[in-house]
Amino acid sequence: MNIRQWLWPSMLVLAGGLIAFTPLPRDKPVPEARTIRVEAGQFSYTPGKIRVNTGDLVTLELVSTDVVHGLYVDGYDVSVTADPGQTRQLTFRADQPGTFRFRCNITCGAMHPFMIGKLTVGENDRLLRASGLALIAAISIVVRPGKPS
Amino acid sequence: MGRIELTSNPVLKRLLVNRWPQWAIFAIMLAGFLFAILSGFIGTPVGSHNFSIVFVWIGWWAVLILVAVPFFGRGWCAVCPIPLPGEWLQRGNVLGPDGDAPVRNKLRHWPRALRNIWLQNVSFTLVALFSSVLLTNPTVTSIVLAAMIFLAIGLSMMFERRTFCRYLCPVGGFIGLYAQAAPIELRIKDKAACVNCGSKACYNGSAQGYGCPWDVFPGGLTKNTYCGLCMECIRTCPYDNIAISLRPFAADLVKPSARLDEAFKAFIMLGSAMIYAGVLLGPWGVLKNAAFQVGTPAWSIYAAAFTSMIFVILPGLYYAAVKAGTAITKTKARMKSIFAEFSSALIPLGLMFWVGFSLSFVFTNASYILMAASDPFGWGWNLFGTATVAWQPVLSWLVTPLQTLALAGGLLWSANTAHRTGLQRRISSLPVILFCLLLTIGMAWLLL
Repeated sequence: MNIRQWLWPSMLVLAGGLIAFTPLPRDKPVPEARTIRVEAGQFSYTPGKIRVNTGDLVTLELVSTDVVHGLYVDGYDVSVTADPGQTRQLTFRADQPGTFRFRCNITCGAMHPFMIGKLTVGENDRLLRASGLALIAAISIVVRPGKPS
Repeated sequence: MGRIELTSNPVLKRLLVNRWPQWAIFAIMLAGFLFAILSGFIGTPVGSHNFSIVFVWIGWWAVLILVAVPFFGRGWCAVCPIPLPGEWLQRGNVLGPDGDAPVRNKLRHWPRALRNIWLQNVSFTLVALFSSVLLTNPTVTSIVLAAMIFLAIGLSMMFERRTFCRYLCPVGGFIGLYAQAAPIELRIKDKAACVNCGSKACYNGSAQGYGCPWDVFPGGLTKNTYCGLCMECIRTCPYDNIAISLRPFAADLVKPSARLDEAFKAFIMLGSAMIYAGVLLGPWGVLKNAAFQVGTPAWSIYAAAFTSMIFVILPGLYYAAVKAGTAITKTKARMKSIFAEFSSALIPLGLMFWVGFSLSFVFTNASYILMAASDPFGWGWNLFGTATVAWQPVLSWLVTPLQTLALAGGLLWSANTAHRTGLQRRISSLPVILFCLLLTIGMAWLLL
């Protein structure tokens, strides 16, 4: 393989690396304390999607409306449990940007493993980067020189 | 890139020809399968603490979709216990021929009109529509597993060979589809040897083994879809003309199939992965409840939307993309076959969508395996001291990067397949690649 043959894949790898790892310019809002009430009932959370800014001090007030439910936040590894009718608080500093699932960690019924919500901290860079990588993948096939492998 | 013949290794060849190693694996699998059925019926109704749910839908599924299918194609079918009881009854033997040529039972041929995978498309769709209950209710899982084994027995008593596996199994259908992407294949070494072979022992059977249970003549194999890797032809071929080889990934997709039943299998699988990602892993409780409450109006709407998506909307949009490709290059061609051929581009993408979806719930729920291993029925046992292990996601930091790689890699793979098909048929693949890109971004939105 000569230099010209290496050039195209190298450019793609470089572009992919830039998309995957380059820090994106962002407004940095001043961190604040947020309290969000989350109702848990078989088999969903209300609200199901929560968005906070990076650095916010987040307090989730978990209220169970039927049976015992938990709330575990992926990536942050923090959790709280609430009995029916009870309100329990979970406070953590949202210092990792990205999108994280929060899910019930107390067996609460048949669909328990799929009782899931979504916490977005800052912008959802992961989606942007994944979409960028997908775009690079598509472009690499459409405009590449030579025949398909 | 060429092939590396694995069966040229004498030790591996002996292991494959000898029936005992495969039979030992079969015996373990069958015992596990029957135990899963039993635990579903007599164990706790709490799915996450019952062996049947945990080992089937987390353990087995993880191995199947993350390892077996991508790397070994129909490797699972080679050790699947479901056809065994029926096959043993059909053959009157649990191991192999007793030294004489196997007796050929006067069983019926499967009807010609059904010799396709439409029934598998329907059976998978039925399973998919009830999947929220199936994945979470141990009794329902056991009923379905038991129904599969009894159906396989019944069909083995009525029809020749493995009719259930070949034409009805909801799992076998998609394994066959995605096996085309696997880097392993069973093929003949020398076509002339097959042409000149009088006995066709690989298909008809001999004293060394049975005729192909999958109703395939190995001499004509050009893709993995319908070869169950049962190894019978390796045992029966009098000319040692069958090889299992390593090959490049997706080698079967170089010459894509023009069958509509296989094309629709690709749409069914692709659409199902996206719907599952939204319903099961998404934050929308309304969707979860609709999918779970079987028989209610909400479920009926869900089922209608599900079937519309996989049988009408996705194929319709894809048809429009393929049609646009022909318009760009001003190619006049038969749309039905072009549409079917181009659908092979969705095979790598669909497989990677399933990998991405499965990574999420398998890693999250893997710790249940330790609990269920120690207390398979949820009766308070603690056989291995792991029954009280707390639920904890495993390697959750790795899930998103792996999902991203799977989606981008799947798109790259699919786009390459579409591009190649486009060059072969002199049709622009651009709209199809754009279609795949949009679906990939949609799946990323659902997963990430």
